[in-house]
Formats: sequence, structure tokens, C-alpha cells
Amino acid sequence: MLSRAFHELLRREGGRILAGLIRRFGDFGLAEDALQDACAKALETWPRDGMPANPAAWLTRVAQHRALDMLRRHSRQVPDGEALLATLADESAAPDAEREFLEDDRLRLIFTCCHPSLNGAAQAALALRTLCGLTTLEIARAFHEPEATVAQRIVRAKRKIADARIPYAVPGPDELPARLDIVLRVVYLLFNEGYAATTGTALLRIDLCAEAIRLARLVTQLLPEQEEAEGLLALLLLQHARSAARTDARGLPVTLDRQDRALWDRGMIAEGLAVLDAAIARRRPGPYQLQAAIAALHARAARAADTDWPQIAALYERLHALTPSPVVALNGAVALAMAGDVAEGLRRIAAIEAAGELARSHYLYAAKADLLRRAGQEDAALAAFDRAWLLAANDAERRFLARRRGESAQRQDGDA
Amino acid sequence: MNCMLLIYGDESGWNALPPDRIQAIMADYEAYAGTLVQAGVMRGGSELAPVHTATTVRRRDGRLDCTDGPFAETKEQLGGYFLIEVPTLDDAIAWAGKCPAVSHGFAVEIRPLMGAETHCDGEDARTAAA
Repeated sequence: MLSRAFHELLRREGGRILAGLIRRFGDFGLAEDALQDACAKALETWPRDGMPANPAAWLTRVAQHRALDMLRRHSRQVPDGEALLATLADESAAPDAEREFLEDDRLRLIFTCCHPSLNGAAQAALALRTLCGLTTLEIARAFHEPEATVAQRIVRAKRKIADARIPYAVPGPDELPARLDIVLRVVYLLFNEGYAATTGTALLRIDLCAEAIRLARLVTQLLPEQEEAEGLLALLLLQHARSAARTDARGLPVTLDRQDRALWDRGMIAEGLAVLDAAIARRRPGPYQLQAAIAALHARAARAADTDWPQIAALYERLHALTPSPVVALNGAVALAMAGDVAEGLRRIAAIEAAGELARSHYLYAAKADLLRRAGQEDAALAAFDRAWLLAANDAERRFLARRRGESAQRQDGDA
Repeated sequence: MNCMLLIYGDESGWNALPPDRIQAIMADYEAYAGTLVQAGVMRGGSELAPVHTATTVRRRDGRLDCTDGPFAETKEQLGGYFLIEVPTLDDAIAWAGKCPAVSHGFAVEIRPLMGAETHCDGEDARTAAA
């Protein structure tokens, strides 16, 4: 029972405590080791003596003493260790002003974890470990990787931070936009990792989508008035709000037009829309805001038929102008067709197909099949479904495509 | 003429060596450096920190881009070096980004020199030997 409550405590407060320790001692690895020792001590003494009134302050104090011990043992210079301890004692009272200082610590930690000289996998693992307070085992499960691989990755990342002198600092105004981009990309990748993994033993899996939302929320709290950070948070909330409707009872994906909209999380949608409104009011559009605006139009439609497709098609045009990619072009083509111009949608899909960039993607052929069916070209539609089926990566996708193909074939029989 | 002697080798092989062997090789390097000094040809030199500390800076699509790891492509050759002293990696990246090489499409690899507190895979062996 205690271990569960303890785990919750660490998830809530661990990142904050760790960030403070790193600021104090300037050493990522030392801070982690000290916090780990403090946790071990807590698990040993709390069941016997009862939980302290302020568990987070207790952990902080014990970890700070531990860190000093470790520094002394390695006979490293500790500038004025006693004075440091005295200030530490004051601080556990944590008045509000101090609270703000502590928030700065976490912001610095975000930028350290997402430093461009760490690779993407290391950035994600470090963020989950230090900011979300996940254990190495939990991260390994989330990424379907062996625990040893993840542990090794984190050890290496911490060494690089120490040995290459990656600073524990919020970047200056010149670097901030580029560095914030990386932070947002890490959060977005985490979300997509969770979004894609809808099958499997969901009970044991850490919900990466929820963790990504937590991180995005943290970034918007710590760095207010950053419209793209708000755009990302809005996008994640609006997408995650649909999660209960995205698969059917058998685990097959349900496309947006067929989802039971009563299953959408209205509270989450309302929050997403509000965050997006705040972002848009800053009048500096960006890719995350545009994607969130598209998600918002879907969320606002009471029925699939009410979707404002012309507006969505226009948003995809703007998104493509900012961040050109074949996937954005494909989505734009579909939106255009849904808005009524099926011929132009098909022309654009043909152009994407000819460029060859999505030649191995079943999404391209599934989309093409849908549009061909809308255009009344049933034979060509069935051929495109078959192509998509061959390219599909997993069983759930194949069964889903087979079902759609079946519906198309039936319609053809009915017409005959 | 001034010239640079660049040392290449397999780091993992080095780290796998027993401590006494490493100590012996380090002594060889010291003796070599001493000879260079005696001969009056020594202008500077250092062991580099292990390759896990490397960061590569280049310009991509007009933006400064830095990546984890050493410069690994083979069609380019090492063309020169600057030795700078800065407090953090971010300062090193900022200086690397201002290097003309980067604006001319070349890459700059940042490699910290070996420091007293640098971690290496053979770390335990080395402290034991010390």
C-alpha cells in the first residue's frame, strides 16, 4: 500500500525534487543517485515511523545530505558545505517565492533533457525518467524495449551531460525558439508513440499519451505565452479526447467519420479548444496551432456530416506551406475531396503517387480507394484497396481494410 | 612548418585493456611527449575525452543543426582545428556555429579534451590504477 502511494508521490514531486538537486549540486548523476538513496531510506523508515507531514520536503532534505556525503567521500571541493546545509534547511519550509524558483529548476531540466546534442531516444527516455518520474522498467515497457537497453541509454545520456558539459540552463532569447522546437518535438513523438500503440496489453502499459500531455502542460505553465507550445497542448488534448472512440470492441481502428461521438471526452475537448483560442489570439501561427485548428474543427462537428471540410482543406494548405510533406499533402487532398472537389483530390493523390514518396504507405492507397469510390469508380477503388491491404503493416490494419473493401464490393453488387 | 599528428584508434579496444597495460601505454605517451619537448618541436597536444562526448554542428536548410555523436561521413577530410576554452557545451556550439566552415557547408565536430572528472568505460580500471 505504501509502495503505491510512494510511487504516486514520486510521479508528482520527483521531477521537482530532482531539478532542485541538480541546480544545487550541478551534477545530474549525483542528484539522481542521492534521490534514489533518499527513496530507499524512506521505504525503510516510513513504514516504521509513519509518513512525514511533508514527504517531498523530507525526501529533498535527505537527498541533499546524501549528495553532500557523496561529494565529500569523493573528496571533491564542496564550497562551504555547512552554509549550504543551513540554506537547505530554510528552504524546506518552501514559501511561495521559493516555489517559483523551483519551477525555474524544472524548466532548466526540460532543456537539459531535450538538448540537441543528445539523440532523440535519449531525450525521450530522460524526459520520462526525470520529468515524469517513470522507472526504467516502465519506460522500457512503453517503448517495447528490454529494460537493459533503456537503462544503458539513460546512463550514456547522463554521462554525456556531465562530460560534454551540457548546461543546466534555459537557453537565451536567440536560441530559445530552436530549442523549444526540440522540446515540443520530443513531446509530440512521445504522444505519437502512445497513439500508435493501441493494441497489446494495455493494462500494464504506461499511457505515453497521458505523459506527453502532462509534459506539454508543464511546458505551457513554465513558459507562458509560447503559442506553439499551447498549440501542441491543444492538439494533444483534442486528439486524446477521441481515444475511447478510436477502436471498436475487437480492437479494430474506427475512422473519424464512423466514431461514436458520444464517446469523445467533452471536458478534454473544451480544454483543448480554450488553449487553442489563447494560442491563436497571439497571432503568430505555426504548425502545431494549425494541426490543432484542424482537430478543433473535427471536435466541433456534432456529426461527421457537419464537418467544415472547406475550412480544413484551407488549413492543410497553410500547413503544407509552412511544413511541406507528402503526408500533409495527402491529408489536404482528402479534405479537398470531402469538401466536394473529388476530382481535384484524386489529381493531387495521383501527383503524390507519381512523386513516389509514399509508394510503400497503405494510407495513400486506402485514401485513394475511398476517393475513387466517391467518384463512382468502383473497380479502381477495389484495386486500390488491394494495394493498401498488401502494404498494411499489421493484422488489425489488414482486417480493417478487408472490411472496408467488403463494403465497397457489396455496394457494387447492390448497384448491379 | 607546423603540423598536427592525429591519433585514431578503437576506443572500446582501449577501454578493454587491463589497468597495468593502460598505465604502461600512458607512460609511453608521456615519454614521447617528453622527447618532442626536448627536440623543441612540441606545440601542444591532449588526449580527447571519449567519443560519447562528441557533438557535430552543421548548417541545414539555413539553420544551425547539432547532432549527437562524431562526424562520421567519409567523403570529407579533417581540415583544421581551433582549441577554445568555454564554460559549457552551449558556448562551444555557439562558437562552432560562427565558424566560417559551417556557413560554407562544412561540419564542425566538438570534442572536449580529457578532463579530471570525465567518465570513461574503463573508468574503474583507471581509478584503480591511479
